[in-house]
Amino acid sequence: MSPRFEPIVGRYLNMTLLGKPHRLYIEEAGQGIPLLCLHTAGSDGRQYRGLLNDPRVTENFRVIVFDMPWHGKSSPPAGWRDEEYRLTSRDYVGMILEISDALELDKPVVMGCSIGGRIVLYLAHQHAKRFRAIIGLEAAAHVAPYYDVNWLHRPDVDSGEVSAGVVSGLISPTAPEDARWETLWHYMQGGPGVFKGDLYFYKVDGDIRDKVDQIDGRTTPLYLLTGEYDYSCTTEGTLDIARRTGAEATIMKGLGHFPMSEDPAGFIAYLLPVLAKIRGAV
Amino acid sequence: MIERIPELVNADANLVRRGRFVNTTFMVEIGDAGYLIRIAEGRVVSVTPGPFITPSYSFALRASREAWETFWRKVPPPGFNDIFALFKGGLLRIEGDMHPFMANLLYLKDVLAKPRQEASR
Repeated sequence: MSPRFEPIVGRYLNMTLLGKPHRLYIEEAGQGIPLLCLHTAGSDGRQYRGLLNDPRVTENFRVIVFDMPWHGKSSPPAGWRDEEYRLTSRDYVGMILEISDALELDKPVVMGCSIGGRIVLYLAHQHAKRFRAIIGLEAAAHVAPYYDVNWLHRPDVDSGEVSAGVVSGLISPTAPEDARWETLWHYMQGGPGVFKGDLYFYKVDGDIRDKVDQIDGRTTPLYLLTGEYDYSCTTEGTLDIARRTGAEATIMKGLGHFPMSEDPAGFIAYLLPVLAKIRGAV
Repeated sequence: MIERIPELVNADANLVRRGRFVNTTFMVEIGDAGYLIRIAEGRVVSVTPGPFITPSYSFALRASREAWETFWRKVPPPGFNDIFALFKGGLLRIEGDMHPFMANLLYLKDVLAKPRQEASR
């Protein structure tokens, strides 16, 4: 293989976030409409590398992916050892808006998966006017706990192995093997307690069921794409949000809970028509 | 199909390596039929069918025959592709000492899914 650089630029942004100094890792590629991407719980921005490398996306969109604090190459804030990391809807919304402002993004499109698919529902509810369009991948209004998340962070169980173990079945059985295991590798690399801390938002704090009916999925267009193999954010949950908000929902065949990462080509085939609508090309 | 698990697992050197610290006996129930699966250093030593008088095991996975047979298809449909999918869908019960189960989850999922390798559909 001859050496080649990918068109992705990765940089560290120092900024005050949620009242504390932070050092955030941000990758981007492309030009045009800003498309701010949010990774899943316990993983990081590498999940979007298929998108960042696809010229069909980057010719019209500036794809921007940040690692949330505590995730990937973004550090936890100073003094992290003295707190238990727990993501809340308030902090998550604040983080996205503050980063978007710091990058001076003009009416970006925001797209999030899983916890990111949940938080974009909060953005659609509270801050829709700030966005050109909102895309929720694997979005459900609520997911009840179905296993004890304490297993994800205890010294007598390898947190990387168990985190990958609990999410492995959420990947479609038809996903390419290399992409499946890279998706799991991201989970294996998460810091101790980080996946569990994200799930506090996903399963406890971030219940938006009572506000779904107040979301207008048409004025700022809301698109929902969910893989048929996702048993965490179910297709029924997504279709229910679409019915109640006027959002446009697509059930993606042969995909699971990590579409952009487990099968980038399969996912991008579903995403391109959505992006074309957003830029008014169809 | 469950009786094929020892040969299929033990022939997979990487799976055995990944399970090299697993030493346990667990129960799988397929409808009314129980099987005790004994694992030593990642190798499946035995799959013993019931009935049992006083079975001793660390944890148990219980589901209907139909659920297991759908789980073991070459490409299982949504809701049947993973033991957690069965579990969340209310089709599988998991009981007992969860520590060996959770600590070795990736390995055990691959052990249990091994019969798919030989499925015709």
